[in-house]
Amino acid sequence: MHGNDSSGDEMSLVTNRTMDIAVALLLLLVSAVVIYDSARLGFDWRENEGPASGYFPFYIALILASSSLVNLLRALFARHGVDSESFVSRPAFMRVLAVLIPAFIFVAVIQLLGLYIASALFIIAFMLTLGRESIIRSVAVGVTIPLALFVLFEIWFLVPLPKGPVENFLGY
Amino acid sequence: MEEIASLMQGFAVALTPFNLLLMLVGILLGVIIGVLPGLGGANGVAILLPLTFSMPPTSAIIMLSCIYWGALFGGAITSILFNIPGEPWSVATTFDGHPMAQKGKADEALTAAFTSSFVGAIVAVIVITFLAPLVARFALKFGPPEFFAVQFLTFASFIGMGKGSPFKTLAAMCLGFALAAVGLDNVTGQLRMTFDQEMLLNGFKFLVAVIGLFGIGEILSSMESGLNFSGAHAKIRLDAVLQTWKQMPRLWFTFLRSCIIGCWMGITPGGATPASFMSYGLAKQFSKNGKNFGKGEIEGVVAPETAAHAAGTSALLPMLTLGIPGSPTAAVLLGGLLIWGLQPGPMLFVEQPDFVWGLIASMYLGNVVGLILILTCVPLFAAILRIPFSIIAPIILVICAVGAYTVNNSIFDVWMMVVFGVIGYVFVKLSYPLPPLVLALVLGDMAEGSFRQSMLISQGDLSVFFSNWLVGSIMTLGLILLFWPALRWLITLRRSKPQHA
Amino acid sequence: MPKLNTTLATLASGFAAAVALTAPPAAAWEPTKAVTFVIPAGTGGGADQMARFIQGVVTKHKLMEQPIVVINKSGGAGAEGFLEVKNSANDPHKIIITLSNLFTTPLSTGTPFNWKDLTPVAMLALDQFILWVPADAAYSTAKEYIAAVKAGADREFKMGGTGSKQEDQIITVALERQTGGKKFTYVPFQGGGTVAVQLVGKHVNSSVNNPIEGVQHWKSGALKPLCIFDGKRSTYTKKVTATQAWSDIPTCKEVGLPVEYQMLRGIFMPKGVSPEQVKFYVDLFAKVRATDDWKTFMENGAFNQTTMAGDAYAKWVEQAEKTHYDLMKEAGFLAAGK
Repeated sequence: MHGNDSSGDEMSLVTNRTMDIAVALLLLLVSAVVIYDSARLGFDWRENEGPASGYFPFYIALILASSSLVNLLRALFARHGVDSESFVSRPAFMRVLAVLIPAFIFVAVIQLLGLYIASALFIIAFMLTLGRESIIRSVAVGVTIPLALFVLFEIWFLVPLPKGPVENFLGY
Repeated sequence: MEEIASLMQGFAVALTPFNLLLMLVGILLGVIIGVLPGLGGANGVAILLPLTFSMPPTSAIIMLSCIYWGALFGGAITSILFNIPGEPWSVATTFDGHPMAQKGKADEALTAAFTSSFVGAIVAVIVITFLAPLVARFALKFGPPEFFAVQFLTFASFIGMGKGSPFKTLAAMCLGFALAAVGLDNVTGQLRMTFDQEMLLNGFKFLVAVIGLFGIGEILSSMESGLNFSGAHAKIRLDAVLQTWKQMPRLWFTFLRSCIIGCWMGITPGGATPASFMSYGLAKQFSKNGKNFGKGEIEGVVAPETAAHAAGTSALLPMLTLGIPGSPTAAVLLGGLLIWGLQPGPMLFVEQPDFVWGLIASMYLGNVVGLILILTCVPLFAAILRIPFSIIAPIILVICAVGAYTVNNSIFDVWMMVVFGVIGYVFVKLSYPLPPLVLALVLGDMAEGSFRQSMLISQGDLSVFFSNWLVGSIMTLGLILLFWPALRWLITLRRSKPQHA
Repeated sequence: MPKLNTTLATLASGFAAAVALTAPPAAAWEPTKAVTFVIPAGTGGGADQMARFIQGVVTKHKLMEQPIVVINKSGGAGAEGFLEVKNSANDPHKIIITLSNLFTTPLSTGTPFNWKDLTPVAMLALDQFILWVPADAAYSTAKEYIAAVKAGADREFKMGGTGSKQEDQIITVALERQTGGKKFTYVPFQGGGTVAVQLVGKHVNSSVNNPIEGVQHWKSGALKPLCIFDGKRSTYTKKVTATQAWSDIPTCKEVGLPVEYQMLRGIFMPKGVSPEQVKFYVDLFAKVRATDDWKTFMENGAFNQTTMAGDAYAKWVEQAEKTHYDLMKEAGFLAAGK
């Protein structure tokens, strides 16, 4: 499905090799954190507790660290080939950001205004700007979906979803 | 054939117009619950439990178990259409179901999934009908070492086949294990890797991770390739069901194997999710088309769905006969039994035959009703893909957010979902495989728990994993599977040698 | 006449509504929106069953205008649920059901909360614990079992239980005072139902399951109860098996094992709620307890139906916290700094 991402005319933003190195470093960091906490918990045999709490995570983190190290070295010393291919081109990256950044904003707005209002705003904004749909259509979908969710969750199934000042004002 | 007489009596109990209506309502509700990620079968049953309070127990359990069937059916829909597993056990269905949908074969994938679900469930019900007491005794043999052996077998059946870089597979799997370890350690009651952060108390939940890795990751990938992911090639064929059914008979062995795995995992109780993974893994290892798995092979839909349903259904057996739930949903149903004044456990069959056999009869009926209902909707579901991406994408994102939130009623999980989305997008592009990661996340806790329980019982003696024929043979099977690729390579090497010589 | 009565009634209720609208502070407090019922445990466990049962009873008998919404917050041995209620001070639309983890979780994990961060509402009942062994085990009394543990090798006997450093393990440690220095191997499992089945399958030697978790295996002849960890015998005299009732199980004290433990099943609210608001819930739970459904539920689980509210309840909780602190300190279960 990502067939046309590395076509020649789109400039490469970052290569697979760079990303491989970045991910390997990140995983090394994760294993360092896990090993740090496992050391606090202990990974020895405990009387009547069996292997201590840190036992499993410690060895898992060791394997994670060593395999990430191999991945890192392979990426560092890779010859030109698959690894120097483009990971993502600049325009493609922009398209990804165009949905990723609104997604993060969406979650932040959920925290402020509750899920229903945030969903309405997100759907309308997405359809208008990215989807280039008409205003009527965007607003129609943007209002119907949160309303349907509200009826389904709050009223029918009695599952509370995050609510904000507007719902509080209406007595929910 | 005492059972048949009892069963007929059960049908008489279940087949009242009121109960049939409840079945229909239950299936429909279940499908809705199954489609919405996060609002899983366990949730759905728990939420509707109080509503059934004023019904007769038999009608109540019929409706609740139908919700369960519905949710089992419904979980596959979003997996296939949008790569979002609506339920944990439909994760493995995405591996081939979604590629099929992308090739324009959504209707075939859906039909295959529903049909396999049906087959799995019916086989499991037959097992329940005729083998209940026998099977209950077998389940009692499972202590911590046996549980660990089964979990080990699940891993072995799935790991021995990775095609990409083995180090990337290993790294992805260990990341899953590490994430699974966050939160409370059940064996010692200590908090691990929470660093005094309240939001980490709950750890990383499997469902949040898969919604992010698969669902959000998929949206990001589609965005990258431009907004051209539209339903243009989602053809609507009215005869899709028949066309798909024609392909089914040649897969009889996959069905059989998946049913056995499913029933086994449901009864022991290992759970529907590990069952679906194990079944997918084995199908891939032993299928002639194994290489095409992951690219839209119908067998890759049949195997996990059959096993998941067989497991989900047979999970009700240990609940009824022993009072232990084989799945979270069964745990909630168990609570329901107590509320209606019924005691689950070995005496239920004796004390409440009407209830038990009514329930078993409703399993047959519920699944038949469910299959008919849901197959007629296949063209409708497939048509959803015709909705333009610019409309469906934001809706999917909103529903994913709802799903991630409801898992634990925590907004932190919604943040994590988006983060997992990024991880999923990056990992897929760098060919870090996602299946080992999610399998480790779902099984990590359980496997670690049973390993340490076994170690406690044996006082640190590893030979406990070979201490009797049962645990020994499962472990041996696991070891064989783990090294199967190497073994196969050796065998071919030996066979080819004489020819060259 | 009947018609007139209804008219009058309608008028009266209309008037009442009008009064309520114009002068709300005078009327007794009632929830104005859905009440969130937090369960600091997973779906399917004892606390979950009880909370959902209460939800069902309230709905069935229409004891409250607004619906009850149940949510599970089980993370960190329930810490998540307690912190949620602690952080919603002044919110009268939130209640929480507690089990022993109200005391054990902050003590063993060091999570920053205490029952004093909550407002006690009412004790619903006390859950019992029973010492179970397989029915065909060689010992017929608790005394004989403990003698066998004494005679055996250290850690030879395995005790199955739910969770770690929680009620089951606390009881196990308390029992070890009677075994002459011999310890049990305590094997923690996920839930009480699993523990009972592991005992039936003889993967462990004994358990301290709640009555409701063991009763079916008792009836089917797979398990037998040795003694109950209560000060006096159960009051339920109806036969459970062919020959025995709950009241036939001797207390552990009777047979020479002075160990007592019961688990709180009680309701708390956030801090800072008004006395009228607490009163509403106290009355609500009194109504729940008066239903026949509740009585059946209690009998099925052989619950100790002690109930309390107000100051008596708060005092009881304070005492229980101290008991837990002492027991856990002795067992070495306290988190660093506690």
